[in-house]
Amino acid sequence: MSNTIAEKILLDHSNLKDVIPGQFIECEIDLIMVHEQLGGRIHKEYEKLEIDYVWDPNKIFFILDHWVPAPTISAAEMHQDCRTFAKKYKFIHNIGMNKGICHQVLPEMGFSRPGMLIVGSDSHTTTYGAFNCLSTGIGATDVSVVFATGNLWFKVPESFKIILEGLLNKGTMSKDFILQLIGDLTTKGAIYKSLEFHGDGIKGLSIDGRMTITNMVVEAGAKFGVFLPDDRLTKWLKERTSTPYKYVYPDEGAVYEKEFNYHLSEITPVVAKPSSPGNIAQVEEVEGVEIDQAFIGSCTNGRMEDFRMAAKILKGNKINSKTRLIIIPASMEIYREALKEGLIEIFLNAGAIVGNSTCGPCVGGHMGVLGPDEICISSSNRNFVGRMGAPSAQIYLASPATVAASSINGKITDPRGLL
Amino acid sequence: MINKIEGYTYILVNDINTDDIVPSNALTLRDTSEMAKHTLRYLHPNFVEMVKKHNIIIAGENFGTGSSREEAVNVFKILGVKAIIAKTFARIYFRNLINLGIPGIQLNWNETDFSHGDHLEIALNKGIIFNKTKNKEVSFKKLPDFLTKILEDEGILNQLKKKLFK
Repeated sequence: MSNTIAEKILLDHSNLKDVIPGQFIECEIDLIMVHEQLGGRIHKEYEKLEIDYVWDPNKIFFILDHWVPAPTISAAEMHQDCRTFAKKYKFIHNIGMNKGICHQVLPEMGFSRPGMLIVGSDSHTTTYGAFNCLSTGIGATDVSVVFATGNLWFKVPESFKIILEGLLNKGTMSKDFILQLIGDLTTKGAIYKSLEFHGDGIKGLSIDGRMTITNMVVEAGAKFGVFLPDDRLTKWLKERTSTPYKYVYPDEGAVYEKEFNYHLSEITPVVAKPSSPGNIAQVEEVEGVEIDQAFIGSCTNGRMEDFRMAAKILKGNKINSKTRLIIIPASMEIYREALKEGLIEIFLNAGAIVGNSTCGPCVGGHMGVLGPDEICISSSNRNFVGRMGAPSAQIYLASPATVAASSINGKITDPRGLL
Repeated sequence: MINKIEGYTYILVNDINTDDIVPSNALTLRDTSEMAKHTLRYLHPNFVEMVKKHNIIIAGENFGTGSSREEAVNVFKILGVKAIIAKTFARIYFRNLINLGIPGIQLNWNETDFSHGDHLEIALNKGIIFNKTKNKEVSFKKLPDFLTKILEDEGILNQLKKKLFK
């Protein structure tokens, strides 16, 4: 039988001979990522099982990233709780809080490799699909089940084939593409589906750019987002891991529920207006909306490609006096690289506030919480009511290019005019 | 027990997300019953009072979209919500509901089926909702047996515990 990538990887992790979409199956998990949720809910839930072990302490990746360093006493308590758990169950990959955001650090350390099945206590766990593996978010109770047994039930998803051709134009980024795709699919258009990215257009996308895309597939409801592999991925993995892996391609004749074609050169800068990632508009339609805050960072867009683009736009410019620009690298490795390349210097000269790596403002945690009625343009992934602070604040999602351009003018700005 | 669920409806709109249910800034609260006081506080400031009687939630499409935070199910559990009926559920949210032992019923309902405050009786094993207020029966596609089993065991951890200590 011909299978999609999702079907192949799920089959490979089950004890079955074949799988079909809609089927409920049990799979063995290769790796589980947990963050502050460990102290938030998982700890209490896991204790209910009254067992003194985890199935495999070597297959757990534990990191603190959402509220680091702790902004409040309750966050600090949550961290203490996490550490207690990690120590008690002898976690081997206890990453701490000084490396960065889970979805950046885990791949950087070579933990996401082709063919793997990875789950994580975070909805944006879909990010690792950029590395030709299957990964998805689960809740605290599912994490407990994996901790205890190493297995989890899955419904085999139908797949959508998304064929990419061509190259993005100047000033347009992979963020614009994924926002456009979410707009086209709607936020419920891909519930439970696996989005499989095909086509020659992949070659023109950096690994950073692919991660932005797989990161946000969940905003269309998708369970997985997975890229076909290529030479760029081979090169990236070579620098990160010596563990052997095998690429996964879909079979000839694999069945897709829907097929979509995108020519990347036709993608233009877009924003997601308040308060849904699917509320897409061309940047021209909202140009001139005055902003109080601009944010470049998060697991969606805090990488080198994003910073290089922002620096290109900000170099020699000052941000508008009515606006604040917050820049947060997705990992401390990126922070170092940006320092070396002189990007941090450019950001500081422009008047930006540069912070340590954390989820921080994206979850309204700290380092840039919005006040009542404020308007923010953000490179992050969600613009829900109250997401970044006050419920009356409004969030526009956009590419780092659009965010940088907007911070200079103090109002939403098409970045193409500044490049 | 789960085959006869009785309660009164509370109607919600489409696309209620996990930040609507538990705002991010309530997530670090260590006391879960304190956290539950924040449930839907921006959209429905009186929800926590209302839910004492209106304990069956009727939602639109894509209910629970957003984060994997299980708190967004747990607060409903703490507040005594007995079932959630939605046109569609976000994937992680649906898993979390079943895992914590709250029946999630997918049903493409309309206004003639339910209004706010209707008195319902749900028979999960039969796939039938009887609306006592409207004297109307609505049927839904039953859950797969293994999910029903999780609900009968009052959540997947109880079920797992039974297996582990068999």
